[in-house]
Amino acid sequence: MALAFLAPALVLLGALVVYPIFFSAVRSLFDRGGDSFVGLANYGDMLSSPRTRTAIRNNVIWVVVAPTIATGLGLVYAVLAERVRWQTAFKVAVFMPMAISGLATGVIFRLVYEDDPDRGLANAVLTTVADVFSSAGGYAGARPSQPDLLGAEGEAYVSTATFAPGDTARLGLLALRPSEVPDDAELATVPAAGDDTLAGVVWLDFTRGGGGEAGAVDASEQGLPGVVVEILGATGVVATATTADDGTFAVDGLDPGAYRLRLAESNFRPPWDGVRWLSPTLVTPAVIAAWLWIWVGFAMIVIGAGLSAIPRDVLEAARVDGAGEWQVFRQVTAPLLLPVLLVVLVTLVINVLKIFDLVLVIPPGSVQDDANVIALEMWRVSFGGGRNQGLGSALSVLLFLLVLPAMAFNIKRFRSER
Amino acid sequence: MTGQTLAGKAPGAPGTGTRLARLVARGPLHVVLVLVALFWLLPSVGLLVSSFRSAPDNAAGGWWQVLSAPAQLTVDSYQALLEDPGMVDAFWNTVLITVPATVGVVIIGALAAYAFAWVDFPGRDWAFVGVVGLLVVPVQVALIPVADLYGRIGIFGQISGVVAFHIAFGLPFAIFLLRNFFAGIPRELLEAARIDGAGEIRIFFRVVLPIGLPAIASLSIFQFLWVWNDLLVALVFAGADATPLTVAIREQTRQFGANIDVIAPGAFLSLVVPLLVFFAFQRYFVQGLLAGAEK
Repeated sequence: MALAFLAPALVLLGALVVYPIFFSAVRSLFDRGGDSFVGLANYGDMLSSPRTRTAIRNNVIWVVVAPTIATGLGLVYAVLAERVRWQTAFKVAVFMPMAISGLATGVIFRLVYEDDPDRGLANAVLTTVADVFSSAGGYAGARPSQPDLLGAEGEAYVSTATFAPGDTARLGLLALRPSEVPDDAELATVPAAGDDTLAGVVWLDFTRGGGGEAGAVDASEQGLPGVVVEILGATGVVATATTADDGTFAVDGLDPGAYRLRLAESNFRPPWDGVRWLSPTLVTPAVIAAWLWIWVGFAMIVIGAGLSAIPRDVLEAARVDGAGEWQVFRQVTAPLLLPVLLVVLVTLVINVLKIFDLVLVIPPGSVQDDANVIALEMWRVSFGGGRNQGLGSALSVLLFLLVLPAMAFNIKRFRSER
Repeated sequence: MTGQTLAGKAPGAPGTGTRLARLVARGPLHVVLVLVALFWLLPSVGLLVSSFRSAPDNAAGGWWQVLSAPAQLTVDSYQALLEDPGMVDAFWNTVLITVPATVGVVIIGALAAYAFAWVDFPGRDWAFVGVVGLLVVPVQVALIPVADLYGRIGIFGQISGVVAFHIAFGLPFAIFLLRNFFAGIPRELLEAARIDGAGEIRIFFRVVLPIGLPAIASLSIFQFLWVWNDLLVALVFAGADATPLTVAIREQTRQFGANIDVIAPGAFLSLVVPLLVFFAFQRYFVQGLLAGAEK
């Protein structure tokens, strides 16, 4: 009777799960086509080939880093979410990605990680935040219209001539696209200098359609606002001015004498354009971040259930005894939660050992080798063009051996629960 | 009520003043949680919006530009996708793989779980420990052997092979989850049915399955999501005629930038179905998670 109920499951499990384990173990001792016995040579290849070594090294990084962060974040989110009324909405937002495939997540994060801050969300956010704190000038690539008046000094430009109070400097720049001129720029004007005022104008010395004269402020030419002009005396910078919307600047109260003018390096500093997420060094952390996006929700939900299973009166008793919230957490909640944390951690370690689709989809072809992991390499070697099923079997046996401790943990936990 | 116990309300009456103070103190907490929630939502929103923009628009700038230029939104990509026979076939292949693989694992798993829970047979406990052990076997270990096996019996590349593989690897979790649930059914209920003269099969269908529905719901959702979202098994076992959506989209991702108008709507199409399932059956999904989803 029992056999009738069990037969379909036993046949499928036997043929497609159990028998393959033994088949793979044997197959890993044969060559790529399966014709001749090669002993442990495939395992030797596995440990010596740079590609598989990178894969193994990356898997170690994954196993050490990803489950720990996911469990930690899951714990923090679960504890914090309990304290707000909209905790359900919060939890749904965080664990919704669990329903999304690795492939779709990969596509989502390929978009997030685009290099160009105008297209990739991650760099868009980073550069926007950075812009608030840094002073990128916005005139990257501009150069003087009269090189004999303004000479290069590093990234900055310094006047070759000197100016005295009462003089007016005309500092023309070129090589800016119209889109690089700020919207608030007005037509350039030449300021009148007072007796003890050194004045000047920085402008785009270029008349669209031609006809302008180099070094002259022609009728349709625009001033360049926000340019930092440093006044250099004998001892260095004695004053600093910033140009107005029409490109003019003026400095009062200078001692009589000869000064040179410098357009500061910061004017020409290109704006920071973010992080190369999918470069060889950062690609593994970037893929791990995408994985966290999926799995932190899992940790949060399971840990959250563990939290709510802690008897309220135990917590209340600790509080009545005068323990603060942090003490209650450390001395009551955390120890009671430990078994749950362990289960979450082990589950995630198993999951991470088998990580495949995110690593296949997120890294562009050129950095795939740098992001490689065992499960991906196993597929690449055996089916994705490698056609070396001997080495592929060795890699799959390695994966199997790596999950054995988790299997033992599960069985032990299961038997102790009975 | 929960908020107050958790806030550590001291015995005694808190006035509105303390409540207000607490709300202010909690301000940063709300801000942090809102930021975290945004962090989790924005990437998906990005995909959704990108899928409603043209390829040139996507190449020219990020999806957030629609905030200032809503006219960019268009359903052209979806129209093209639905007129692409390859993609439509792939969608149906996904359905044809997922539905039988889910139904199959429920039926076969429930039968076995019933035997493990209520039928005495020699070696039962050991066999069940074996099932627990199989929970974590990585599919990689079976890819080469099963490809070889399928080649010999002639189903390599066919949908039936993909389905059988998914059922087999879904079974340990199915049996584990359902047995634990079935074991909780009161013995008297089964005894009463036996006294009424019902056979094991009748008991299974009339008593055990109806009571086990919540667990079956959890299992179905998991298996559905797992199979629908699978890429690896399909990459290996699904031939050109059996290609599911995930594999079809993956083909396109090799030329990511150039094919974004296919990839973005395709990926969204592939995730909207599991997302609907997730929202409709969230409760069972969570129950399944807590019952020990250790795949």
